[in-house]
Amino acid sequence: MSDTPDDLRYASTHEWARLDDGGVVVGISDYAQDALGDVVYVELPEVGQEVQAGEEIAVVESVKAASDIYAPVGGVVEAINEALDDGPEIVNQDPYGDGWFFQITPDDETQLEELLDAEAYAEQCAAEQH
Amino acid sequence: MPEELRKTALHDACIAAGAKMATFAGWSLPLHFGSQIAEHRAVRAAAGLFDVSHMAIFDLDGPGALPLLRRVLTGDVARLANEGQALYTLMLNQSAGIIDDLLAYRQGHGYRLVANAANRQAVGGWLKDRAGPDTTLTERNLAMLALQGPQALELFEDAYGAGTDRLKPFHAMTLGDWMLARTGYTGEAGLEIMLPNADAPGLWSRLVAAGAAPAGLGARDTLRLEAGLKLHGQDMDADTTPLQAGLRWTLHWQPEERDFIGREALAKQAAEGAPTQLFGLVLEGRGVLRGGQRVLTDQGEGVVTSGIFSPTLGYSIAFARLPSNASGPAEVLIRGKRQGASLVRPPFVRRGQPAFKTI
Repeated sequence: MSDTPDDLRYASTHEWARLDDGGVVVGISDYAQDALGDVVYVELPEVGQEVQAGEEIAVVESVKAASDIYAPVGGVVEAINEALDDGPEIVNQDPYGDGWFFQITPDDETQLEELLDAEAYAEQCAAEQH
Repeated sequence: MPEELRKTALHDACIAAGAKMATFAGWSLPLHFGSQIAEHRAVRAAAGLFDVSHMAIFDLDGPGALPLLRRVLTGDVARLANEGQALYTLMLNQSAGIIDDLLAYRQGHGYRLVANAANRQAVGGWLKDRAGPDTTLTERNLAMLALQGPQALELFEDAYGAGTDRLKPFHAMTLGDWMLARTGYTGEAGLEIMLPNADAPGLWSRLVAAGAAPAGLGARDTLRLEAGLKLHGQDMDADTTPLQAGLRWTLHWQPEERDFIGREALAKQAAEGAPTQLFGLVLEGRGVLRGGQRVLTDQGEGVVTSGIFSPTLGYSIAFARLPSNASGPAEVLIRGKRQGASLVRPPFVRRGQPAFKTI
């Protein structure tokens, strides 16, 4: 079973989001990294880029396939995880920690509430596996 | 109703080793055992162990076997002077399209062919339709393991002491009812072992205990592409000829009176020139080349037939079918963006080092 921490929110497209000091940190779930296999390249958005909730703003390339990453909330990209440039495997090793993708300063923090909680997301993953 | 997936004799052993299974040619096979890249590196650096029991194995015996194989294969099995000697060769249709690529072994009695699992019916049917009453054609239900890597032979010898370290590449020996062949699909030294299903789990666990890393189909694909080895169904198929797949070297034109199927069409295409060729591609920027992507050159368009991120090189490489006269810089359309790529001559990697030449 993959790990879905309770303190995070999840998009149905397998991104996680964590409110952290006014910013929303985003990565991909343990379920997603496991399904993708070894990550070999992450194309990140630009710092300062304005994004809409649900917009494709990054791409993760694994040994298996390329997948779009969607902004779970709208706002401005405040930071990107440059460590992924040289170490894309961090996404597999630590998807909820050092393997984060980018941080967004949200237009509206309440957008997070529209995302799935851990229980609902885990149910979705279980359904996808069958 | 979907057809029941076929399971190899090593299915349970693979699951116990943590395999993530995938469906390939109607078989349930290990895709990886945790990290495809770690498995790839284990094969380049030490030794990896693959379950390739899905491969189709045909034995041909009787006085008709040799003339039949000389007719249906591009390589001349009459050149296999010694028992155990092997040949990488092709089976063509009348238009010189590639039905399959296979290995042909001379055995003590008759010959053995190892074909791709996806082409089991095509190859079996082609042989059966042409075999006379003086040929016995038997499809064998055997397990097959590939032990590959610079330490593969030493590891096998430490465990079994069979003398495989004295075998030359493309030669096989027998050990009881096992066949041990110095062949493979990774570009490394190693063995392919064909054996009764009942013996396979014991061999698997003994080699893993000796240090061979279980490896899946994912690593098998990246290893073969780095080594410049083509995959039937992607880099070649029944609509492409050996001249279009970089496999001219497998054609035995001599003796001239050997009339193998496809010879006439090949000779015609060789005289006229093939319209397309298989090229190597190296991506200049970040990203991953994958089958189906469009390739643009000054001489016209083509398509990526198979592409990977190369764990050894740290960037993406591919085979692409392009106009035969293609040269110079190319561009690949990756997710709608044009990215620069170089045309190269494979293999991409040899003995763990870059080995390609820019065209």
